[in-house]
Amino acid sequence: MPAIINVRNLSKQFGEISAVNGLSFSVEKGEVYGFLGQNGAGKSTTIRMLLTLIQPTGGTIEILGLNLQKHRREILQQVGAIIEKPDVYKYLTAMENLRLFAAMSGVKISDKNFAEQLEMVGLTERSHSKVKTFSQGMKQRLGIAISLIHNPQLIILDEPTNGLDPQGIADVRNLILHLSKDLGKTIFVSSHLLNEIEQVADSMLIIDKGKKMAEGKVAELFSPTDTIVELETGDNAGAVQKIMQSSWKSILDKSDADKIVLKLNKNEIPLFARYLVEADIDIVSLTGRRSLEDYFLTLTTSNQHVDAFKN
Amino acid sequence: MWTLLKIELFKIFRRPRTYIAFAAIAAIIILIQLAFYSDGESFLQFGMQSLKDSFDINGKILSGYLVCFIILQTLLIHVPLLIALVAGDSIAGEANMGTLRLLLTKPVSRAQFMLAKFFATLIYTFLLLLFMSVLSLPVSISVFGTSDLIIMKSEMIVILDRHDILWRYFAAFGFAAIAMTTVASLAFLLSVFAENSIGPIVTTMSIVILFTILTTMDIPLFNALKPFLFTNHMLNWKGFFEEPVNYYGIFKSGLVLLGHILFFVSLAIFIFKRKDILS
Repeated sequence: MPAIINVRNLSKQFGEISAVNGLSFSVEKGEVYGFLGQNGAGKSTTIRMLLTLIQPTGGTIEILGLNLQKHRREILQQVGAIIEKPDVYKYLTAMENLRLFAAMSGVKISDKNFAEQLEMVGLTERSHSKVKTFSQGMKQRLGIAISLIHNPQLIILDEPTNGLDPQGIADVRNLILHLSKDLGKTIFVSSHLLNEIEQVADSMLIIDKGKKMAEGKVAELFSPTDTIVELETGDNAGAVQKIMQSSWKSILDKSDADKIVLKLNKNEIPLFARYLVEADIDIVSLTGRRSLEDYFLTLTTSNQHVDAFKN
Repeated sequence: MWTLLKIELFKIFRRPRTYIAFAAIAAIIILIQLAFYSDGESFLQFGMQSLKDSFDINGKILSGYLVCFIILQTLLIHVPLLIALVAGDSIAGEANMGTLRLLLTKPVSRAQFMLAKFFATLIYTFLLLLFMSVLSLPVSISVFGTSDLIIMKSEMIVILDRHDILWRYFAAFGFAAIAMTTVASLAFLLSVFAENSIGPIVTTMSIVILFTILTTMDIPLFNALKPFLFTNHMLNWKGFFEEPVNYYGIFKSGLVLLGHILFFVSLAIFIFKRKDILS
């Protein structure tokens, strides 16, 4: 598969602060590439460098096989983007905004295409309403329509679900999958939420403090052993005692009056649940979680920086 | 470039704020015309009292030409504020709205983007002056008629024949367009540094006010500075209402102003091309 984005040793310094530090990664054609990191990890700075909004201090960026510095115009004709909030002109209507940004892309677009684009994001009925009357979710959908109107090969979405309600998040997720699977677009999507990326991405890159922590196929990065289970019972102290006396004692991580934390293989969760029932432990809740923070901790404490694509 | 310019003009003229300047100018001009219509003669009698002690003045003094001259004198001090409202908002306003980052992800060079913005501001400035000239000259002439124009200066009186006036107004408005473009380009430059339009608007006006004070104060230290202050040259539209007209002085001032425009706009583009967009 040819690389759509190829980044080598990318760095950005803001005075003394190193926002991005020697970052290298590549994104293959047609894949959904998740870009994961906590707030302040350097995601937005990296994305802004990919879109020429910020000048890198060092390193090279190639998009569609072309050097971004030298072929900015040709590259941006094939790129659609939303950066953080989808801010558009509030005093214009959805259709006027769409037409305005389409004209800036330098592509001739028919009225039918404009209508189809608004229909795809569910804004047909509000196409002639001023954006100042829109909810955050509608603005986000309009932003997505704007990023797609010139039919780009590569779509860059920076935290596209920020500020959306659960339905809005699901809509964006489905749209990403539709664009990737049905229309063959390459999508670079950033988020600070691991589960969000996990549900849509084929590959992912995790960064922290501007440095790569892990890169690879999502399925490879999340081994089943990463699962952390939080257990709450009717009697936590009694439950801990029973677990310590059983063959499950090795999975116990920590416990307090509120919850018991265990680390175990994802496949073992049903077996463990059965054990709890058989041991007569009253289960109030049993929740598996793999937060980014936990994943980072796993990476840093075990000192295993996964890099499935490492050359 | 033409597409970009059309987009910028579309944005400017779809914003309600744009029309504040037109409304303000119309209000001031109409108020001045109304005031002269209702009580202009007695006002002029009072104003020319000392002159009448020494000269015998016959014929009509209050005319459309005189009213227009007074309007120009009044408004050309205030119009820079109205122009700064749009020019100062051109980049900073986009940054504030968050639209700048989306615009700059489009396949358009930053220099072209800036030039389109500047030319759109220029067109707005010219339209504002055209609106002002139409309201102040043809309307005043239709209400007050025409006559010779008497202009009192600190050391002399200039009397211009009624058939020798109209071209002077065209020239004065043309010069005013250059002067106002200078203010617009200063606000445009300052707009590059800010993420909120209030900053460049207030800074532009502060500079214009400060320089105007330095221009009008007759103190030797400030006199040495005057040739370097663009506000000093901005007032040279009045040169067209002198007899004989000092074409060399006006031409020189025009060149100085054009130099300022070129410097401000070039510097704005130079800085913007290298600027990291963090808004």
